[in-house]
Amino acid sequence: MKTYLGMPTAPAGVGALSGSLPFPDAARPALADAQLRRNLGHATRTIRAKRAAVVGEVSDWEELRLAGQAIKKATMARLDEHLERLEREVTARGGRVHWATDAVAANRIVTEIVQATGATEVVKVKSMATQEIGLNEALESAGITAVETDLAELIVQLGHDRPSHILVPAIHRNRSEILEIFQREMGDAPADLTDEPRRLAMAARSHLRRRFLAARVAVSGANFAVAETGTLAVVESEGNGRMCLTLPQTLISVMGLEKIVPTWEDLGVFLQLLPRSSTGERMNPYTSMWTGVTPGDGPQEFHLVLLDNGRTAALADEVGREALHCIRCSACLNVCPVYERAGGHAYGSVYPGPIGAVISPQLTGVAANASLPYASTLCGACFDACPVRIDIPALLVHLRARVVEERRLPTPESIAMAAASWLMSSPKRFGGAIRAARGVRLVGRRRGRISALPPPLSGWTASRDAPVPPPETFREWWRRTGGGRDE
Amino acid sequence: MRDEMLARVRTAIGQRSTVDVPRAYRTVGSHSPGSPELLDLLADRLIDYKATVLRVAVDGIPSAVAEVIPAGARFVLPPGLPDGWAPDGAVAVVDDGSLSAAELDGFDGVLTGCTVAAAETGTIALDGSAGQGRRAITLVPDRHVCVVRAEQVVQTVPEMIARLEPQRPLTLISGPSATSDIELIRVEGVHGPRNLVVVLAG
Repeated sequence: MKTYLGMPTAPAGVGALSGSLPFPDAARPALADAQLRRNLGHATRTIRAKRAAVVGEVSDWEELRLAGQAIKKATMARLDEHLERLEREVTARGGRVHWATDAVAANRIVTEIVQATGATEVVKVKSMATQEIGLNEALESAGITAVETDLAELIVQLGHDRPSHILVPAIHRNRSEILEIFQREMGDAPADLTDEPRRLAMAARSHLRRRFLAARVAVSGANFAVAETGTLAVVESEGNGRMCLTLPQTLISVMGLEKIVPTWEDLGVFLQLLPRSSTGERMNPYTSMWTGVTPGDGPQEFHLVLLDNGRTAALADEVGREALHCIRCSACLNVCPVYERAGGHAYGSVYPGPIGAVISPQLTGVAANASLPYASTLCGACFDACPVRIDIPALLVHLRARVVEERRLPTPESIAMAAASWLMSSPKRFGGAIRAARGVRLVGRRRGRISALPPPLSGWTASRDAPVPPPETFREWWRRTGGGRDE
Repeated sequence: MRDEMLARVRTAIGQRSTVDVPRAYRTVGSHSPGSPELLDLLADRLIDYKATVLRVAVDGIPSAVAEVIPAGARFVLPPGLPDGWAPDGAVAVVDDGSLSAAELDGFDGVLTGCTVAAAETGTIALDGSAGQGRRAITLVPDRHVCVVRAEQVVQTVPEMIARLEPQRPLTLISGPSATSDIELIRVEGVHGPRNLVVVLAG
C-alpha cells in the first residue's frame, strides 16, 4: 500500500528544499561559469583523494558500512520507540523536548524560546536542519539576528549567497572571492587582509570571538542522538561548535527525526564512518556530546526540537525511506560527475548532489522537485562512496517512477512512449516505422550523425547527436541473406 | 503535536520488524591498551594533525609540563589535577566554576589530564571529571596542555566509546582546531585552542 500518498510533506514557500527552476535550467548558468567549474573541480578532486587515503587504511571498512546500514535500518523500523526513549532520557536529565510537524512549527518553537530569554542575537553552529526550515529568515522577521559561526556558513551569510555543498557550503568560492566578501561585508576585517587561507581564517576568528564570549543563546543541529542514553553529538572542526555548545546559557538543538541511533555502542561505528567519508580525516578535530543539562558545565537550559517536515512521508515509502539513513557526510557529492559540473545551487535545495536528489523530492513531495530524480547518470559512484550503503541509484529510479505515476497530465515523453509501445507491439507496424525513419538519412549525410532535428525531437539533439538510421535494418539484412548464409 | 507526529511515524512504519545489526567490525584492537605500539601510533596521529607531542616517563610529567608552560604564563587548572603536575613558575588559577568566558580568555593556557585516548584516530577524550574540568576551561584559552597516561591509550574508536560514560559532558579532541572551508586547504587553529600540546607519559 502506498501510504506516502496521504502523508503531509514539507510546506511550500518556507525554508529551502526546492528551487524555482527545474534542474536542467538551473544548471545552465553553472555550466557556463568557467571559474565556478574550476573551483568545484579543484575542491572535489582534493577531497576525493583525501577520503580515498583514509578509507583505504581501515581494514574493516566494509564491515563498518554493513553495521552502519543495519543500525539505520533498525532505527527506522522502530523509530517511534526510539523517539519516545530519547524524549524520556533527555527530559530526565533536565532537557526539554519539543515536537515540530513542519518548518513553520519548528521556526515558531525556536523563535518563542529565544524570545523568552530576551536575547536579540543567537550564535549558530552549522546545521542542515535549520537551513532546511529557513530558521535564520524566521528569526530575522522576529527581530532576532542569527550569526552563522562556521567559516563556510559565514562566507555564505556575508556574501548573501546560498550554500552549495553539505559539508563546505562555500565550496563554489575561491580565496580571492572570499577576500572580497570579507572586505566588503565583515566590518571589522583587518585593512591588510590577504587571500591566504590562514589569514582569512584568522579574520573570521577575531570577527566571531567577541560574539562567542558574549552569546546568551545558541542554536545547533545534531549529527546523532542516542536514544538509550539521551545523548546528543555534534561533530565539527573549527571549535565554533564547542563555543556555541558550551558558553551560552541556553542551547536549542533542531534535529531531524532520522538522526537518532538506538544505542551508545552505535557511535563507535558512526564516529569512524562519518569523518573519514566527510572531511577525509581519521577523526574530525572536535566532537561534543552532552545529555540534557550538566549543572555547572555548559548551557543550563537545553531544548531539543524534533523535526518532521516531510520525514514521515519519506518513511512511509518502503523503498524511499532508505534516504533517511543519510548521515550528511557529502561523500556522494564529491564523487558525482553531475554535481562536479553543475554545482550545488542547480539542485535548488539545501540538500544537493545525489543524496539531495533522493531526499528533497521525498520531503517536499515529488511534484515540487520533479526534475531532481533525473539529475543523475545512474553511474553508481555514489553508492560505492556512501558510508551507510544507501543504494542511491535504485532510489533515483524508484523516484523517477513516482514522478511519472503522480503526474496527472500526459507529457510529450509519455505520449511518445505510448506511441512507441503501440508501434513495437506489432511486427508489421514496427517494420513500417523503421522504413519510414530511413527518410531521416537525408538530414544526416555528413559523418553519419544528425546534430539538429526539428521539434519536438530537437530536445534530444540540443545536447547530443543522433545516429543516422542505417540504410538497411537487421531484419531486412536477415531476409536478404538468409541469416548471413548468402553473404 | 507530539502525538500527531508519533501517530504519523507509526503509520509510516507499517509492518513492524526487528533488524539484526552485524557487528563484524573490530571492537577491540590487536594491541592491548598502553602497549608501546599504541603510544607510537597515537603520537604519530597527533603530530599528523599538528599537535605537539612530548614523550616522557611517568615521573617526567612535571618537567615536561614545565617545558611547555613558560615561567610567568597564566594558566587555568581544573580542580582535582594530580599533585605536582603544575609547574612552580607559572601563575596557576584553579577553576572554581566562577570564571566567565571573558575571564578565561585572559589566560594563556590550560593544563588537564584526560579520560581515554584512541590511537588509530589520534583522539583524546575529556569527560569533565577531576583533573579535566568543565568544558569552557579547555576551550577558551589558546593553549591546551593535556597529559595522557599510557594505560589510557586504547587502539580503536569502539574501545574508546566503551570507556566513556555517555551522561557526562564529553569532548573528543583530535588535534588543534582546524578548518578546510577555503578551497579544502587545511588551516590549523581557528576558534578552539590553536595549540594542543600532548604530554604522553609511560
